[in-house]
Amino acid sequence: MSDSTAIAHGGHAAPDNTHAGGHEHPAYLRHHFENVEQQADAAGFAMWLFLLTEVMFFGGLFTAYLIYRNWYYPAFVEASHQLNIFWGTLNTAVLITSSFTMAMGVWCAETRKQRGLVLCLVLTFILGLGFLGIKTVEYKEKIEKHHVPGFHYSLSSFTDPVSDPEIYKEYHDKPLALDMARHTEVYFSLYFAMTGMHALHMIIGIAILGFMIFRARAGAYTSGHVTFVENFGLYWHFVDIVWIFLFPLLYLISRHQ
Amino acid sequence: MSATIVSLPDQSTARIPKMNFITKENGLLSWLLTGDHKRIAVLYIISLTFFFFIGGALAGLIRLELLTPQTDLMAADTYNKVFTMHGVIMVFFFLVPSVPATLGNFLIPLMLGAKDLALPKINLLSWYLYVAGGALAIYTMASGGVDTGWTFTTPLSTHYVNTNVLTTGLAVFIAGFSSIFTGLNFIVTIHKMRCPGMTWFRMPLFVWAHYAASILMVLGTPVVAIAIVLVALERTIGIGVFDPTKGGDPLLFQHLFWFYSHPAVYIMILPGMGVISETISTFSRKRVFGYTAVAFSSVAIAVFGFFVWAHHMFIMGISNYAVLVFSLLTMLVAVPSAIKIFNWTFTLYKGSITFETPMLYTFGFMGLFTIGGLTGVFLGTSGTDIHLTETYFIVAHFHFVMVGGMLMAFLAGIHFWWPKITGRMYPEKISQLAAVVTFIGFNFTFFPQFILGTLGMPRRYAAYPPEFQVLNVFSTAGASILGVGYLLPILYLTWSLKYGEIAGNNPWQATGLEWQTQSPPLTENFAVTPIMDHEAYDYEWLEKQREKEVASVG
Repeated sequence: MSDSTAIAHGGHAAPDNTHAGGHEHPAYLRHHFENVEQQADAAGFAMWLFLLTEVMFFGGLFTAYLIYRNWYYPAFVEASHQLNIFWGTLNTAVLITSSFTMAMGVWCAETRKQRGLVLCLVLTFILGLGFLGIKTVEYKEKIEKHHVPGFHYSLSSFTDPVSDPEIYKEYHDKPLALDMARHTEVYFSLYFAMTGMHALHMIIGIAILGFMIFRARAGAYTSGHVTFVENFGLYWHFVDIVWIFLFPLLYLISRHQ
Repeated sequence: MSATIVSLPDQSTARIPKMNFITKENGLLSWLLTGDHKRIAVLYIISLTFFFFIGGALAGLIRLELLTPQTDLMAADTYNKVFTMHGVIMVFFFLVPSVPATLGNFLIPLMLGAKDLALPKINLLSWYLYVAGGALAIYTMASGGVDTGWTFTTPLSTHYVNTNVLTTGLAVFIAGFSSIFTGLNFIVTIHKMRCPGMTWFRMPLFVWAHYAASILMVLGTPVVAIAIVLVALERTIGIGVFDPTKGGDPLLFQHLFWFYSHPAVYIMILPGMGVISETISTFSRKRVFGYTAVAFSSVAIAVFGFFVWAHHMFIMGISNYAVLVFSLLTMLVAVPSAIKIFNWTFTLYKGSITFETPMLYTFGFMGLFTIGGLTGVFLGTSGTDIHLTETYFIVAHFHFVMVGGMLMAFLAGIHFWWPKITGRMYPEKISQLAAVVTFIGFNFTFFPQFILGTLGMPRRYAAYPPEFQVLNVFSTAGASILGVGYLLPILYLTWSLKYGEIAGNNPWQATGLEWQTQSPPLTENFAVTPIMDHEAYDYEWLEKQREKEVASVG
């Protein structure tokens, strides 16, 4: 290591970009790292670990889904008919596109293209909001049909499928026995818990994106220090991947049985 | 005891170094906005002590109520709230962060030759989360309390009680994130911040133990977080995931809860084991016997720890096959713990043992943890578990591990590194007395509870049949001795801040990098980035260093 490490200098990186040893360091190198590589390495590793905790967080919900799906298979099949494939597919497309724009954003930051970065972040921001908008449309449908678990939960779509002509026309569901029909509530509990947690992660992501757009316009990420953009990109892709699992599990599998 | 390894500088000339992490900046804000791992550790020590005393006071109330068979001090539902808050505060606000957040925070960068933890701001954030969670827990207690037990078992917590389950759950949720961030920070630091020459197998075993505990924090805590979220949704909206009337399974909650909370007991004990590895080597003047085995046994505990959770549910209606498998796996986790105990014992063999306070606590740890661990094997055996579970045997078992093990290790560590943290020695004689008092008080308190448990006294009741009174009186009397044992260190350690002897860099002649710098250390720990050119616990290297120093000064 260079001599500069030998000098115990307090506080954060010196404003004049140089240490007392006269050794050049970029201003963004935090005082406790030896060099830029170590700092970027540590930040990236920390982000991956954080995503690992997120995997465990969603893991609890996926476990519950797995168990109840096996127990209450007919209820899960009929309840999944209530989900709108069109909106779900559209949302998947929106989200994958947002991941693409985010990846482009990271590339722009690495190649120091400030205008490109701002554009990509704004696009990602808009697509994220679009996803939440579509999700709201879907949630509204559920609320109107009383498919939100709790006191007002209604079983009529499952005990008497003909009363729900739109779905009946397409799937010709047989009426479920009362005790099985009641388990559709567990399906919707998991649907709301899983997509709700996912949406919460989207909202947090969009808030951070808003902050990043401001900083990017000031040129914060296009001067070589791209760690933050890269790590946020990882987060955004992770949220995307969670949806890639949610979409088939909730909307697609066993739909036509 | 004349034999001692303590070597202090000449008190007439010695001074605390003018420049150190405490004197660097002044004012409350410089502490509340600090990024320095050592200052954050000090913040943790102060706040942890506060919560320990609240939890301890509640324990005192429990023991007072149990002095007589009737419910005379408090009503049964108040008693339920008291033991619940005792559990919540002691588990989530004392034991889980105890050694990692204080000593781990202070020492890991020092031991690795780094300037700080990898993520100083996240470190500070985790302290604020801890304080926020703790404040919420105290608020919960003041505004009516909660009476589900610290386990929040469904459907009791979701359907039947009308107390502050939500706010307590939120408090635990917030504290959980504090724990996740601490663990994450440690893992990143251990991977990326080691000084030149500090290979994985040159790290002190303290760091290995924290590495293993951090894995548990990072992987386990999110699962309890989601379990708490689901309890909250169940309680507020009634989503039915844990509600049998809607097809949910209350047992699923216990699976999710214990998937964290069993590893959590290893989060609580592993850092303590790390402390013991350091003290036992220093006060035997020997390298820890079987260094590699002790290092890997920490990781093995972390890995096995994830596959034993259902032993908390043997009588809850899981299948016989599950009982069989989890019973077997539970036996397996005893192996790495035993490896540690045996290796520490072999470290003592032919060592030059001295009996300073940290070593007394260490001996206390080894004896009590062994009893606590072996009674755990009784409970892992499904046949005896059916008889003993939900009795005082369980209470005695986990208090032997947590209080007899972890708290002893915490006190050993606090005494051992006190000179490094403050630059001053604690008074030796009275602290040895405190260690002995703690040991005696502890045994008086908790050993009778093993007998009570085998006789069939159930836990979590305010009243009990009169024939159990004698042993309960023993236990309560022991608790008051134990209380004295815990008050003493607070008093004399505070006293020593001003009047203690100047410790110098290395009062114990220990080998860790943290002892090769000044006490208290500089803000960035080392004047020059150290280079690790020897194995851990290499006392010959230390001897050569001293000779070199003498030669160069002479």
